[in-house]
Amino acid sequence: MEVPFHLPAGSTSLRRVHNKATMSSGATGAVQPADEPPTEARPTVITAENLTKTYGDVAAVDGISFSVPAGESFGLLGPNGAGKSTTMKMIGGVTRRTSGALHIMGLDPDSHGPEVRAHLGVVPQQDNLDEELRVRDNLLVYGRYFGLPMSYLKPKADELLEFAQLTDKAKSKVDALSGGMKRRLTIARSLINEPRILLLDEPTTGLDPQARHILWDRLFRLKEQGVTLILTTHYMDEAEQLCDRLIVVDKGRIMAEGSPAQLIREHSTREVVELRFGSERNTTIASELQGIGERLEVLPDRVLIYAHDGESALEQVASRGLRPLTSLVRRSSLEDVFLRLTGRSLVD
Amino acid sequence: MSAGLPVKSAPDQARSRTFGPLYSRNARAVISRGLLATRSTNWLVMLSGFFEPVLFLISMGVGLGAIVGSVQGPGGGEISYAAYIAPALLAVSAMNGAVYDSTWNVFFKMNFAKLYQGMLYTSLGPLDVALGEIFLALLRGLLYAMGFTAVMGVMGLITTPWALLMVPASVLIAFGFASIGMGITSFLKTFQQMDWVNFVMLPMFLFSATFYPLSVYPQPIQWLIQAMPLWHGVELLRQISVGAFTAATPVHIGHYLVMTAAGMLLTTLRLRQLFLK
Amino acid sequence: MTDGTAREALRAHSPDIAAARARRWGAFYYAEQVLRVMKGYGWSIIMYSVGHPVAYLFAMGVGLATLVDAQGAEAFGGVGYVTFVGPALLVSASVMTATNEFTFPVMDGFKWRRTYYGPHASPLTPQQIAAGHIMAVTLRLLLQSAVYFAAVVLFGAAPGGWGWATILVATLAGLSFGLPLMAYSASITEDKGQFALVMRFIVMPLFLFSGTFFPLDSLPLAVRWVGWISPIWHGTELGRVFSYGYQQPPLLTVLHAVVLVALAVLGWFLTRRQFAARMGK
Ligand SMILES: Nc1ncnc2c1ncn2[C@@H]1O[C@H](COP(=O)(O)OP(=O)(O)OP(=O)(O)O)[C@@H](O)[C@H]1O
Ligand SMILES: [Mg+2]
Repeated sequence: MEVPFHLPAGSTSLRRVHNKATMSSGATGAVQPADEPPTEARPTVITAENLTKTYGDVAAVDGISFSVPAGESFGLLGPNGAGKSTTMKMIGGVTRRTSGALHIMGLDPDSHGPEVRAHLGVVPQQDNLDEELRVRDNLLVYGRYFGLPMSYLKPKADELLEFAQLTDKAKSKVDALSGGMKRRLTIARSLINEPRILLLDEPTTGLDPQARHILWDRLFRLKEQGVTLILTTHYMDEAEQLCDRLIVVDKGRIMAEGSPAQLIREHSTREVVELRFGSERNTTIASELQGIGERLEVLPDRVLIYAHDGESALEQVASRGLRPLTSLVRRSSLEDVFLRLTGRSLVD
Repeated sequence: MSAGLPVKSAPDQARSRTFGPLYSRNARAVISRGLLATRSTNWLVMLSGFFEPVLFLISMGVGLGAIVGSVQGPGGGEISYAAYIAPALLAVSAMNGAVYDSTWNVFFKMNFAKLYQGMLYTSLGPLDVALGEIFLALLRGLLYAMGFTAVMGVMGLITTPWALLMVPASVLIAFGFASIGMGITSFLKTFQQMDWVNFVMLPMFLFSATFYPLSVYPQPIQWLIQAMPLWHGVELLRQISVGAFTAATPVHIGHYLVMTAAGMLLTTLRLRQLFLK
Repeated sequence: MTDGTAREALRAHSPDIAAARARRWGAFYYAEQVLRVMKGYGWSIIMYSVGHPVAYLFAMGVGLATLVDAQGAEAFGGVGYVTFVGPALLVSASVMTATNEFTFPVMDGFKWRRTYYGPHASPLTPQQIAAGHIMAVTLRLLLQSAVYFAAVVLFGAAPGGWGWATILVATLAGLSFGLPLMAYSASITEDKGQFALVMRFIVMPLFLFSGTFFPLDSLPLAVRWVGWISPIWHGTELGRVFSYGYQQPPLLTVLHAVVLVALAVLGWFLTRRQFAARMGK
């Protein structure tokens, strides 16, 4: 079996990943992990105020404000086209904002692009590896862009190739890598300058499960060293596990902000009942379900009932003489928050 | 990992430099990347760029030259048709190479290979990228110019040591076109618009006294042609090739110095539009 | 994403009908798609089709002509220089366009954006996809050559009554060079800049050594053979016969036509085979 990212012996951080996962997937029990210092005590590394970006008439980012303290792992969630990548690009100073204020380590990326980016490691949504160079040269040359000396870069590149399990591909052409390997190389490349802030735009898209876990482990260890992580993802489990705090963005605006547990508490109920009636009947049956639970959501393939007590909600459904094809009671997750805040077909 | 070390590690040192908004004084890194990339490019493709003007010279100079015979050169003396068009072809090739590298090439690396996106997420500024790319284009132009001049020598078309100055002069021509070309690319957004570049280049190539003297045109058209940058390059190289200089020589050189300066200014002003969308 | 329940009233026809229609009209369906893509850069095509002939005819037929005609017209069989180069430019332009249309778009179809594989997943066969692409390009060549010919007429460079036939000759020449090239393009699996090499080491020499700007005889024998194997030369000579009644043995005229047709047919077969082999993989 190929393990895509190297897992160092004796790593304890993976256990932490799992601890945290169990903690936050329960709707009620999640609190900030005890070993993290309170956010107020740390200096702020990113502040955005009324950040706006328009393309023609389209407001890709429409006046969002947030700030990120050093060492925090901060997530941006939102549906396709919400403006997450655009926000990331503005932070990196590769897209100019239309209006608003933005400071990274106290610097404005528009006027101090090189200085700002000297602190950043970036994994863009789309890989932009140098297809004309070989795998290892990609790392070396990228490091040169930061003005780093070869004496530093050579061992560093080898270490990162090892981490990305690409050591035996060091001399291959980038073209010859698989999609997931390219992703791993892009991630390795983002670490070449030992950045203090990592911008990760859907970093795990296309990675196999092992690679994903090993990346998570690396990210946790970087966080322990005080690196700030800015992350977007469409995997809600990933967001729950990795992010201390997140914002849910839709149509360029912030819909909600908080820790995963907070968001679940505020925007969802403790439990959810999932019912499938067959594609034709889901919509028509919704009216007959009115009044059960606290809220009802009709998705194309199923109906969700948000309730404090799922079992009793399910009993009410049965007592009304409705027979779903399948039913399931589960804890609320970030996915429910996401659907609630950004869903297009809400029946409240 | 050494990220947490209190002493200044290499990344820390790299981080603590200060720069302007557009330039991190590191065009060198872009250049060395370009040189490294040539390793993986097809050498035949590189060479083929050199052959194009040579083929034109052989075809038109020899084939058509057999019919046309000799024509009046810049110094007033009769020279062979091949010797007449050779410097013009060198100027055209300098223009073509520089324009290609600063428009299509930049456009492609920007929008398709996404090369610059990667570069600009580092501490490089857009000016580092622009300077690096222009330098690489000029380096290639220099090699082609040396090759072409050598071919002229072999064909017996070089009769004065002055002719060797065609090499630096054609680099100057390339510099002028490359810097303007990059500025213009910042205004172009689609492949269709890139085609417009060709629509400007083709008439410039055909009409700039490349294959026949300006005197065939009526006076107003002559003025029009003289306003086009390529004509100055053709005239300059033609004068150098026979070592016959006139009061117009400094005008031609000055034209390219101004063009380079204006082009660099335009490119610098437009760098954000070019590289940061 | 939204669900498409609202559109359910419209029903697609049955698979049998789809298959039967594809069998019959498939090539046309694909030709339509290629033409739609061309429409995307239609403005460039028009500019090129009009601008290229005007610029070249003016530069060569008027500008260079002053230098050349001064040497007496006998070098060009008694006609003015613009009449001499007119059909040659027309044929060359068609070959260049065919080169463009049968290289990068084919690579795009198989490798870059894999545009051939979309229709390949429909009932269309690889042969139909090849045929459709060729039909669309042929149409473009015909239109471009017609515009070019109009420009030649405007420059007074087509004195004979058969000049319009050069439109067909140019299109045929385009295909006779383009189709073998298309078969080659379809065989490329790795982009190493082959097309740049084709342009500079094949198309350019053919353009420059095919008796385009001067009779082939004025070249040394050592390079004259380039013309003999060049579709541009065969097309140009044939075009000159129609355009201004260029005198040559009738057998030679027939030979030019045969060579062009033979190359086109050969290219057509190779292309079909290559498409079928590559998409069958
Ligand atoms: N270069 C551009 N030109 C025009 N519009 C753009 C450009 N880039 C992004 N947009 C628009 O801005 C909006 C936000 O795009 P963005 O890429 O930031 O979304 P996203 O949240 O990252 O989505 P995804 O989850 O699909 O990656 C979209 O409506 C998109 O169409
Ligand atoms: Mg995105």
